[in-house]
Amino acid sequence: MSLTATPQMVEKAKKRKTSQGWETVRALPWLLPTLILIVAVVLYPAGLMIYTSFFKYNNYGIRRSPDPIGLDNYIGQAGALTFPGVPIGRIILNTVVWVVVVVLVTVLLSLLLAQFLNKPFRGRKLLRLFIILPWACSVVMTATVFRYGLQQNEGLFNRLLVDTGILEVARAWTKDPTAAFWVAVFVAIYVSLPFTTYTILAGLQAVPTDVLEASHVDGASAPQRYWHIVLPLLRPAIAVAALINIINVFNSLPILRILQETPGYHTGHITTTLMYQYQTALGPGVSSALSVLNFLFCLVIIAIYLIIVQPTKEVA
Amino acid sequence: MAKVKSEHHIRGGINKKPNLAGVAIGSLLIVLFFGFPYVLMFITSLKTRLEVTDIPPAYFPESPRWSNYLDVWSSEVNPASALLSTIVIAGGATLLVLLVATPAAYYIARFRFPGRLVFLLLVLCTQMLQPTVLGVGLFQEFKGWSGYAVWGALILINGAFNLSFAIWIMQAFFASVPKEVDEAALIDGLGRLQTMFRISLPLVWPGIVTAIVFVFVNSWNEYAAALILVQQTNLQPLTVAMPRFLGLYVQDWQYLFTVALIAILPVIVLFGFIEKRLIGGLTAGSVK
Repeated sequence: MSLTATPQMVEKAKKRKTSQGWETVRALPWLLPTLILIVAVVLYPAGLMIYTSFFKYNNYGIRRSPDPIGLDNYIGQAGALTFPGVPIGRIILNTVVWVVVVVLVTVLLSLLLAQFLNKPFRGRKLLRLFIILPWACSVVMTATVFRYGLQQNEGLFNRLLVDTGILEVARAWTKDPTAAFWVAVFVAIYVSLPFTTYTILAGLQAVPTDVLEASHVDGASAPQRYWHIVLPLLRPAIAVAALINIINVFNSLPILRILQETPGYHTGHITTTLMYQYQTALGPGVSSALSVLNFLFCLVIIAIYLIIVQPTKEVA
Repeated sequence: MAKVKSEHHIRGGINKKPNLAGVAIGSLLIVLFFGFPYVLMFITSLKTRLEVTDIPPAYFPESPRWSNYLDVWSSEVNPASALLSTIVIAGGATLLVLLVATPAAYYIARFRFPGRLVFLLLVLCTQMLQPTVLGVGLFQEFKGWSGYAVWGALILINGAFNLSFAIWIMQAFFASVPKEVDEAALIDGLGRLQTMFRISLPLVWPGIVTAIVFVFVNSWNEYAAALILVQQTNLQPLTVAMPRFLGLYVQDWQYLFTVALIAILPVIVLFGFIEKRLIGGLTAGSVK
């Protein structure tokens, strides 16, 4: 024992001597590849985008002004927030509804699914694999099959809804901005379920059965056990799942882009899809301005989430 | 006797076998709910070009057209080249993340050093950004990368934006291996790098696998950056190339869904191998 302790002590003594700066330098070779990648592919384009948002461009991406134009791309005559014909208030409301509804319903359904899939029964493994489908299939394809099935005349989902008497006549779901928005909400929940369910399943593995059994002996009912024991223990898992979902859902482009068949600045946009609409119609200047706002907006939503839910209370 | 009975009762309360009817109904609901879009994909993939746009649509094709699964490869969209670019991009990004994230995760799990917190914050920041929100900036940075270089650009982008999650999960795993294991190896004369590769890595394999699967699936399905950057149709990955089946005049839904189903297969097989590991990996990632 003493033999192994000696070199350790020597190393510790060495460490104390070396200056703190030296320790950082020693860490660099290990961290440098990550730093380079983050700076070059995340921070640099972010900076480039902020820079772009202060110049005037046409929709071919050619810069039209040598000097910065202040906040014109944000709130000028043809700015991201003030472009005529864009229902910006509605679109911001849509964005909030989009994130809150999708993430909330996803987490609630996943809690239910995970609880079920955590029961021991034959075929559980196969069933767990089955719910991965929407994760394994690209979001683009899942959204596309919904668009195909919900066509007014050629859509099989529409025919099924009419044949079973749920609908009286087939609807053109994807041609109406509001209807398409809610279809997109459904699809977004649908594709977010696998990851969320798996994360919560992982959390459930960490719930010790002896604690549950003890509380059962003490007379706690199943709902009480779930509310007072299981749910608090699941908190970190739910927190991670919710946070990652907020970021993913906020940045989700393909679902709404594929399911909204109405062209132009309609009332079914969220800020992310509007950004891409601006990119083709108004060029990178205005589009960058909205991207910058979009990112700030995302930060605000995450901050609100962190303040209200305090997901790290137990972990920290 | 009474004691045995009550013990049995307790066990029954927590770990009781779920009743068969409940399990059956629940399973059926899950299969229906998670299966129905893919059933429509499958049915459509067996229809003819005329049948896919029939009014009213038929539930089943008159006779299943299995030849779609062969014919699609010689269609104008050329899914083979799209599949190739998806494989190159997703594979490249996964490899890149492994090479870059593993040493970083190992080091921050093992050492406290000035600047560690800043580094962690930086990593957390990238988690909040996605290619979608930086689309304009990425376009301006990479618009000159034409030809096969665009694959390189997408590998870098997919790699960079998936780094944070991989580092996060892997460092939780490295931290769970006792330091003494490493120190023993160091004393035996192995260098740091060798210690990481030969001692720590085999122990944290489940975490690595989880990270690999995440990066691979995310890159396999990436859409926004590929949409903005890849101009040449023969270099487009599947997500961007497949919508080209829906032309202005001809809409080959049957081919579109044929390719979609083929593209699911490798991912499902991958998941099948690591299902158990995945749950373990996520625990480490979320509890830490």
